[in-house]
Amino acid sequence: MTTDVEKPPQRNGNHIKHKLIPSKLVSPPSGPQGPYRLPKNQHFRDHRRFGFSNIMLVLVILFLFAPLFVVITYSFNAAKGMRWTGLSLEWYKKLFFDSNELWRAFGNSIMIAFSSALVATMLGSLAAIGIKWYRFKARAYIQIASFLPMVLPEVIIGISMLIFFSAIKVQLGMFTIFAAHTTFNIPFVFLLVSARLDEFDFSIIEAARDLGATERQALFKVVIPSIMPGIVTSMLMSVTMSLEDFVITFFVSGPGSTTLPLYVYSMIRYGVSPVINSLSLVLILGIMILALTLRRFLKTIAASS
Amino acid sequence: MNVKQTTVRERRLGITYSSPMGIWLTVFFMVPLLIIIAYSFLTKGLYGGVEFPITFDAYLQMANPNFMRVLLRTVWVTTLATALTIALALPCGYAMARSKHQTLWLGMVIVPFWTNSLIRIYAWIAILSSEGFLNEMLKALGFIKESLPLIYNQGAVTAVLIYMYIPFAILPLFTTIDKFDFGLLEAARDLGATKPQAIFKVLMPNIRSGIITSVIFTFIPIFGAYTVPLLVGGKDSYMIGNIIVDQVTKTRNWPLASAFSLIITLISTLGVLWMMTSTARERARIKQQPLKDREDTLGPSHNGLTSAGRVS
Repeated sequence: MTTDVEKPPQRNGNHIKHKLIPSKLVSPPSGPQGPYRLPKNQHFRDHRRFGFSNIMLVLVILFLFAPLFVVITYSFNAAKGMRWTGLSLEWYKKLFFDSNELWRAFGNSIMIAFSSALVATMLGSLAAIGIKWYRFKARAYIQIASFLPMVLPEVIIGISMLIFFSAIKVQLGMFTIFAAHTTFNIPFVFLLVSARLDEFDFSIIEAARDLGATERQALFKVVIPSIMPGIVTSMLMSVTMSLEDFVITFFVSGPGSTTLPLYVYSMIRYGVSPVINSLSLVLILGIMILALTLRRFLKTIAASS
Repeated sequence: MNVKQTTVRERRLGITYSSPMGIWLTVFFMVPLLIIIAYSFLTKGLYGGVEFPITFDAYLQMANPNFMRVLLRTVWVTTLATALTIALALPCGYAMARSKHQTLWLGMVIVPFWTNSLIRIYAWIAILSSEGFLNEMLKALGFIKESLPLIYNQGAVTAVLIYMYIPFAILPLFTTIDKFDFGLLEAARDLGATKPQAIFKVLMPNIRSGIITSVIFTFIPIFGAYTVPLLVGGKDSYMIGNIIVDQVTKTRNWPLASAFSLIITLISTLGVLWMMTSTARERARIKQQPLKDREDTLGPSHNGLTSAGRVS
């Protein structure tokens, strides 16, 4: 991200070593492993199975999962509190059949997540292509603008948008949440798609153009199909982040636009209901399915999140 | 080699592709930031909002000892939590990079990371509160009679902050260490270095940029934390994020909130600049090496996107 500013756009594919077979324009997403790397499974003397770092890793993973396990376990508790009284599916019954408001909030969340992910993916991917391959005046500005939202604390983004919307007298509601979510999703899409484009050779476009493809044909028939995995990954990431966001949404939401995290927040603040426990399991299962779907891209995601 | 200079067509295409995003970010991100800067120099309106004249009042109000205390506490809690997070994350990133099951471990870090942050905070409330899991457990086992005050204090805030942000540190560290050639450690050992020497003199300098990145991406969001101190902290664990939100929603002092936001923005930007220069310096150093070695260190498709992420 940082050094792209100085680097000339990759115009000629001389530096790219692999053979250019159109279906393999983009190297498999198993990770950016260079040709000189040592095999991963090679074990050195110093790395023991029960060494310090492995034990730490297991402890930290336990630390990360322990609270979730507690919550999931108590979602099957018959009583309301944290004293175990017996097994029951009471709170699941309540979650699925007696939580209209929660599901309405969930509906709002889904609507915002998909619309904002769609817009963010379109804007971010196109811009990634433009920034990567072409040089023009506003290039550096756009790069900075796409980087800053990612590093500023959420409170700052939320408050600046709140002040902005009230300064231009826009009613807070679904639209403002959509706008805010699109804004914080764009940088991730931009970054993920740029990473994908790094592995793409520009000379393919020139070949397509030489063979008579128009700019639009080259874009839709060559570029977009080959960066599709990156686009899909970033879209799913955007949906997840949008569903998850609380702080920014908290500031730009208005009456009647409660999203799921906002609803959970009100449940925590004004009387905890064990329905949160059962909801946790449902959400965690959803995330696990998503992580499994994206398992081939986890390394790329790790490098950009 | 035929590196073309910027042509008109190229410029036109670049702008066509990038301007939708550029315009969106200008309207919904840059303009709001500029408004905040402007508001921080205005006067608080009678019913919220802002009024002229232009003053430095907001900045003078920040000198209030109450705010200073919160600011100092925020710096202290953030530094402590960041240091502990990195200390925990480093061995994790190392172990993950050396593991044969990288994807599995990544999944194990990412699943809690993607789980709704409120659910995760709620889980800690359920564990730590006076009738929570831990106290009930200890009582049932007969260790204690009265509930321990485990929540609504600074310790709880620090612990939960570490819990929330440790994935932000692990992921960039993993990405950087994964690019490290572990054969170098072996070589160092063969040349007589002890194990700690090999780690601190060979591994650490080589993953410097990853460490800086993870410091930045833990420090900045913790510095602006709002939800965690609000939900698991007491009155004595308020952080600067809470002050800002109170100024916006309760006191309706927008200039003051803007001034505080501006300070945080500046600190964050400085941190990011530090990170960028250190990454750039590292790349410059690598550029001086012969081409073959360079690819060895960076990998052919390294793009400088070592890591970047934001709280969500």
